[in-house]
Amino acid sequence: MKPQYKWLPWLFLAPALVVALTFTISPFLNTIVLSFTNSTTLGGGSFNGVDNYIALANSPQFWISTRNTVLYVIVVVPLLMVLPLLLAVLVERNIPGIGFFRSVFYSPVVASMVVVGLIWTWLLSSDGAVNGLLQSLRVIQEPLPFLTDTTLLLLSCMMVTVWKGLGYYMVIYLAALGNVPKELHEAAQVDGAGGARRFWSITMPGVRPTMLLVGLLGSIAAMKVFAEIFVISNGTAGPGGQARSLVYTIREVGLGLSGEIGYASAMSLALFLLTIGFSILYLRSQRTDQMR
Amino acid sequence: MSTTLSRRITARPPAPKRRSGGTRRKAIEYTIRYALLAFVFVLLVGPFIWQFGTSIKGSSESIYTANPFPTSPTFENYGMVADTIPVFRYLGNSLIVATSSALLNCVLASLAGYVLARMRFRGSTLADVIFLATIIIPFEVIMVSVFLTSRSLGLVDSLLGVILPTAVTGLSVLIMRTAFLALPREIEEAAMIDGASDWQRFIRVALPSVQGSLVVVAIFAFVFAWDDFLWPLVILKDPANYTLTVGIQYLSGTFTSNQRVVAAGTMIAVIPLLVLFFSLQRWFFHGVGEGGLKG
Repeated sequence: MKPQYKWLPWLFLAPALVVALTFTISPFLNTIVLSFTNSTTLGGGSFNGVDNYIALANSPQFWISTRNTVLYVIVVVPLLMVLPLLLAVLVERNIPGIGFFRSVFYSPVVASMVVVGLIWTWLLSSDGAVNGLLQSLRVIQEPLPFLTDTTLLLLSCMMVTVWKGLGYYMVIYLAALGNVPKELHEAAQVDGAGGARRFWSITMPGVRPTMLLVGLLGSIAAMKVFAEIFVISNGTAGPGGQARSLVYTIREVGLGLSGEIGYASAMSLALFLLTIGFSILYLRSQRTDQMR
Repeated sequence: MSTTLSRRITARPPAPKRRSGGTRRKAIEYTIRYALLAFVFVLLVGPFIWQFGTSIKGSSESIYTANPFPTSPTFENYGMVADTIPVFRYLGNSLIVATSSALLNCVLASLAGYVLARMRFRGSTLADVIFLATIIIPFEVIMVSVFLTSRSLGLVDSLLGVILPTAVTGLSVLIMRTAFLALPREIEEAAMIDGASDWQRFIRVALPSVQGSLVVVAIFAFVFAWDDFLWPLVILKDPANYTLTVGIQYLSGTFTSNQRVVAAGTMIAVIPLLVLFFSLQRWFFHGVGEGGLKG
């Protein structure tokens, strides 16, 4: 439809556009420019070419952050692609009380990561419930240092991310499962295919596009990990800050006491390239899917 | 699974009669399903229950026993939260931030979404690209620059500074645009012939038909703003201005290692949201469908 007045569409768009331009588009362009300067929070700053990027490449802190972030994606994403699907299959069937279970399984999604992080900090502490349970089952003798050992801390954070995400991806999978034709399952059952066999040969191919989508959403979310690590390590990122993620380091470097804006901007762009890289990978895999 | 199941049934000494065979098998399947559901329930809901139990245990009761609940429940830990941090102020701040964000997203996204769905005008592609870019660019990437912008606008340490960057998200615009596109054009065209202005068409005809999507946008914005941690942590410096998430982390990080008090604090932060969720759950699930699949 043609608007009554030429300026009318822009009047409608103006408030949203102002917000988008002020708080997303211009900061993004600004980040690119700043990454080639030595700006600090105190202001000023002059162009210094690719110095920030050279500094990045030589910074062990940056590589630890990148390694942890990539590790996070590698561990968390496959789990988030598979476990919520199993959960969706479990709650798909309409049996009495299933609505209740579907709802309560979603409650970790609604809670803030701060709340979830603090709950698990208590559960995973040296005298917490998880160690208590493992000790009473005689799996371990001494409590495991879930919160103070770098590797265990990272694993704990990953576990918490998966725990909080299960319900969200379960709901996405539930929608997809509804689109898998029931007749296929019935026919396979008549032919004597068991549950596991039907899951592998009918359910999995049926939800394949959704699985890829979950993989993309999960990767982007995992790449931005911050709150889990910050809360569970009580703001320290573990002993010597060894469990840091990229976002953790960006905040520390750019907004901490030193306020190295230029350097932090270069690191932000590295994070951006990483997320874009994963998105392109996703789009590629989808295209090959369609060509088949 | 069904073959092993039926084998197990037939192997049982009192062979089931032909008619009860189906119900027997069904009973076993139900038992397995409910057992698995109960297991997942303990895994996903248990931690909340454990935390709640800890929060109502008095100082005389051990929090290290296997029993999650105290023999004499008390709310003294909740009082101690209020003594340590201005928790009601934080609660108020979170409410202001989340409600404003929800309202702003609804208004701004429906205005923009309507134009993008219904009007032909020069530069519409540019507008499309700008909103698409806000979806693609993660906030964490531009956080440092957004802080600089906010500082130059004098927004540091104010709730307005928390609200404005999320006043409208690309996802909200996309959801509203999709909703308007799904409406039949004929009604609006009829209204136009009857002499309705663009504004009347939008507010009287189109908007009342997309209430469902508006609720979804509102809920998503509200929950996101209520739960957000990173941005409030960056923009709010004075502890007097914190929102609940930052405040609760501040409580546990700075003041106390008393698990009972921390547990009470987390309950204060999560219970309002769980109440909201259980009373509006239909819309939450609707929203994941719209946001997750179309986004």
